[in-house]
Amino acid sequence: MNAPILTYVTFLPLFGVPFILALPQNSDNGKNLIRGIALVASIITFLASLRLYFAFDPGVAGFQFIEDHPWISSYGIRYHLGMDGLSFWLVLLTTFLTPLTILSTWRAIDKRVKEFQVSMLVLETAMLGTFVALDLFLFYVFWELMLIPMYLIIGVWGGERRIYAAIKFFLYTAVGSLLMLVCIIGLVYFHKEHSGTLTFDLLKLYGTPIPRMYEILFFAAFALAFAIKVPMFPLHTWLPDAHVEAPTAGSVILAGILLKMGTYGFFRFAMPLFPQGSAYFTPLIIVLSIIGIIYGALVAMVQPDIKKLVAYSSVSHLGYCMLGLYVLTRQGVEGSVLQMINHGISTGALFLLVGIIYERRHTRLIKEYGGIARVVPVYSTIFFIVTLSSIGFPTTNGFIGEFLILIGAFKVNKAAAVLAASGVILGAVYMLWMVQRVFYGELKNPKNISLKDMNLREVVYMLPLLVLIFWIGLYPNFFLNKMHVSVDHFISQVKVEKIQQESHVATIFAPLEESGATVPTAKE
Amino acid sequence: MDKYIFLIPLFPLIGFLINGLFGKKLGKGVISFIGCATIGFSFIVALFIWKALLALDPGHRLFTETLWQWIGCGGLKVGVSFLIDPLSMVMILVVTGVGFLIHVYSTGYMYEDESYWRYFSYLNMFVFFMAMLVLGGNYLVMFVGWEGVGLASYLLIGFWYQGIDNAIAGKKAFVVNRIGDFGFVLGMFLMFWTFGSLSYMDVFPKALELFEHGSMHLNAPVIVAICLLLFVGATGKSAQIPLYIWLPDAMAGPTPVSALIHAATMVTAGVYMVARTNVLYTLAPTALLVVASIAAATAFFAATMGVLQNDIKKVLAYSTVSQLGYMFIGVGVTAYWAGIFHLMTHAFFKACLFLCSGSVIHAMGGDQDMRNMGGLAKKMPITYITMLAATLAISGLPPFAGFFSKDEILGKAFAFPFYPVAGKIIWFIGTVGAGITAFYMFRLIFMTFHGEFRGTEEQRHHLHESPPNMTVPLIILGTLSLVGGWLGVPELIGRLTGHIPNFLEGFLEPVFEHSSNIVAQYASHAHVSEPVEWTLMTTSVVVAVIGICLAYYIYMVHGRDLPGKLAEKYAFHYQVIYNKYYVDEIYEFLVVLPIYYFSLFLWKVIDGFFIDGIGVNGPAWLVKRTSAGARLVQNGYVQTYGAFMLVGLVTIVCFFIYR
Repeated sequence: MNAPILTYVTFLPLFGVPFILALPQNSDNGKNLIRGIALVASIITFLASLRLYFAFDPGVAGFQFIEDHPWISSYGIRYHLGMDGLSFWLVLLTTFLTPLTILSTWRAIDKRVKEFQVSMLVLETAMLGTFVALDLFLFYVFWELMLIPMYLIIGVWGGERRIYAAIKFFLYTAVGSLLMLVCIIGLVYFHKEHSGTLTFDLLKLYGTPIPRMYEILFFAAFALAFAIKVPMFPLHTWLPDAHVEAPTAGSVILAGILLKMGTYGFFRFAMPLFPQGSAYFTPLIIVLSIIGIIYGALVAMVQPDIKKLVAYSSVSHLGYCMLGLYVLTRQGVEGSVLQMINHGISTGALFLLVGIIYERRHTRLIKEYGGIARVVPVYSTIFFIVTLSSIGFPTTNGFIGEFLILIGAFKVNKAAAVLAASGVILGAVYMLWMVQRVFYGELKNPKNISLKDMNLREVVYMLPLLVLIFWIGLYPNFFLNKMHVSVDHFISQVKVEKIQQESHVATIFAPLEESGATVPTAKE
Repeated sequence: MDKYIFLIPLFPLIGFLINGLFGKKLGKGVISFIGCATIGFSFIVALFIWKALLALDPGHRLFTETLWQWIGCGGLKVGVSFLIDPLSMVMILVVTGVGFLIHVYSTGYMYEDESYWRYFSYLNMFVFFMAMLVLGGNYLVMFVGWEGVGLASYLLIGFWYQGIDNAIAGKKAFVVNRIGDFGFVLGMFLMFWTFGSLSYMDVFPKALELFEHGSMHLNAPVIVAICLLLFVGATGKSAQIPLYIWLPDAMAGPTPVSALIHAATMVTAGVYMVARTNVLYTLAPTALLVVASIAAATAFFAATMGVLQNDIKKVLAYSTVSQLGYMFIGVGVTAYWAGIFHLMTHAFFKACLFLCSGSVIHAMGGDQDMRNMGGLAKKMPITYITMLAATLAISGLPPFAGFFSKDEILGKAFAFPFYPVAGKIIWFIGTVGAGITAFYMFRLIFMTFHGEFRGTEEQRHHLHESPPNMTVPLIILGTLSLVGGWLGVPELIGRLTGHIPNFLEGFLEPVFEHSSNIVAQYASHAHVSEPVEWTLMTTSVVVAVIGICLAYYIYMVHGRDLPGKLAEKYAFHYQVIYNKYYVDEIYEFLVVLPIYYFSLFLWKVIDGFFIDGIGVNGPAWLVKRTSAGARLVQNGYVQTYGAFMLVGLVTIVCFFIYR
């Protein structure tokens, strides 16, 4: 690959920024032009990223589209980009969701349109950069860069308690990141001790021999930073606040992509860099994932606010991602990656839908609604389809992800799989209960009688999400095929210390297998 | 014919999409045509495939088709594949055949409804998923149908969603089914990691191979576990104890829906699943015992609950739960074909009963309370006669359909191969339950169609026989209730009447061949002699007749005062049974409320107080207070600074003096 396609894709959104800055925003036309430019910039980015689809070779285990140039040579910092089967889908998810999100802000964001759209575009670049950076320093720069536009989006365009939520979001993330920075430097130091070269290059840092204690410590710091982002129980409380206060676009990007930074971080950095540390903490992480699945679902159930309900459901869904990642079976990891994409689609769609109704009624409280299926049939139908995806109904994307994760987990840790599968029941409970209270029953609240159904623009940005819900649900191989090799590679990287990990794993069916009843015919 | 299997689910899918997307703009005639014709086409395709199947050698009656590779991940390879053998053939004929009749009936029953299009799109969607369920070639495709019919059921129970109770009933059905599906999914996981596949064509031969090679013995724990987990799914879908609670509430849906989904087809999916998995169940007699015991308990308890219901549909709902119990007794005692036989006859007579009740409700202007009915026989003769035929069938009187199938099941239960003693107990419970069934069904007939009309004057004027598009399906189903049993005539009677072959058993035999071999080889051969067989048969007829006579005595001879007197005399028992043993209340109190309050606790206390209050805002508060304290130091007053300097100076001086 000669053309630096990853650089193009990453920085294309920024091309819109100077145009937007040059335009006045004091008239409606001006505002629409600004929105239009942002939309065009993000669509061009999406089209450019589609080029990746055709050029990506699913048979290659390593990274593709590599760009590697010296940046700050004296510290061994390089501008090193690359992509594998995991970041491939996350990049596509990012470039896909951003235009839809921008389209959703057409009416919702009417003050400081210019600043908002610039923030969105900068955010997109930062997110894309984070997914393709292969130099730890470069990664860290993008990682921190994401914080600023997101902080502004919540803090400026958010709801009533936006300042509290924005600062909470910022501090939570910053605390984790700083510890990670210290450990990045520590890792680089150990690598220099060992090989004599100073480098931040991820590919060179893989496999660095580190004293066990430090490896555990470093992993803990990385894991903390990423676990906050995921978010894993008990580090999740920034999420509901951030979601409730953020404008719709902020929530969509936050849930759809930013949370995946956490799981991606585990996949790309924390686990392969420190396999021993990862193995050491595996039981804890599995337990926390399961707590997250069940806890998130239970708390989601009792939320009076639809958006908060969806936010807590994210905690539950991301618990599945972490579980799948940590059982280290092929089904588990591929399911986890697929679930990351699924969550971006279905939870993103849910937030968009909540935004649509919030724009009309300026409330998200469940008790303000009831029986609205009658007045907004299109909205109700789409909401219900997305609900099905969220509760993992077969033929939708959610089912494939959960099924793969659970079947993968079942092989390694039956107790974990059983507990996690109970979350599937709870998922149906909290979503369907909410649907019942919002859409069914008599239309009692007079304010809802003249509620307007979705307009064309809204249908247009929901439609691609609906298509993907069924596409992934009916033909997941299209997506899985691109990740097989990378996932295998990942498992072999991380599984080095597998023996140690298994000793921690509880298997409730253990006596059953010893009796010779199970014949180990199943291959992974 | 292999290549055309996919047409069976495709037609209903097309119907669902057309009516669902554009139905609002279409006329009712078009909607009806699309809704019914698609199912009719599927039925015709199924008939052609049946013909092709019959043309084959009995041992090789199998069609398979894979549309595309669905999931491929490591060793997990699942295709969207279909399989037709005699078992799925019978199922799909019942589903599309009875389904077609009920669609036609619906064109009359639902004609006035404003969401006519939505109704037909859901109903077609149901048939699509049901076809996936019975035609699927592996457990995952079956599961797609399994959850899919649950969705259709949810949507149709809550069809009149403006009544919040309907929506709640729909949700209850979905959630309870999800609890069952939880077991089903775990069963699939265990199956996959044991046999390395989820496909019927791989799993069963593999299990048999392992068994024959001795690496897996009879009752191997892993097989028992798989079977029990799958059965958890069946208790949800097929409304068995302890998950039957959703079915009575599901009567909130339109009556044809109750007939199609909650009587004839969907709820029998669990029976089909067990019959499909017969190889594994036969290898796990413990699981069979569990299935048969739960089934017998359900058959009995549901029958007692049906006795005191006054809502005509509720009686039929409990009767369905009870009859499903009989089907599970059949498959549980390894009489798989008998379970399917009863499934089929039940589909005829129970669909007929529900549609008749719909006809009655229609005539009563929506009233479902039998206390307001009476004497309807004169006003609606066709409904009366067809319903009477179906009632005779369900009561197990010869020569109606239910007699043959129920008797076959009870006879096989008496000779339960692995557990002879348990078999006798199950037979006894089942026979008593059959008597109760005859009682409450005739109670329904007497209360509804005989005696004096007890409704309002307005209702009396409104009474009418239903239009032909409703009565014709009734007549067809009523006829099938009468003659459907002759498809599976027991050997005993067949010999008596001049060698009538047992068509159904012969047709299904290849599917259950391996199971029969295992039973023949390993079970203590509990053969029942001819006199015993005659005795059993006579007993069940006598019990049924007693039930009918009792109902006649209480509700016809004594009229209205005796039921009331009995209720007073046995007030406690009456209350307990009338309130369905308070099972719903117990679940509410022991499961639902604790989970709700625990969740509130998690949110308010763990999240709000501990994590956020102490963990997150705590440090923030600490920093704030510390800074607030430290700020005082730098307050800008020269005097304060002077005082600090003085204190500092004194301290240093003291330090140097006294060190």
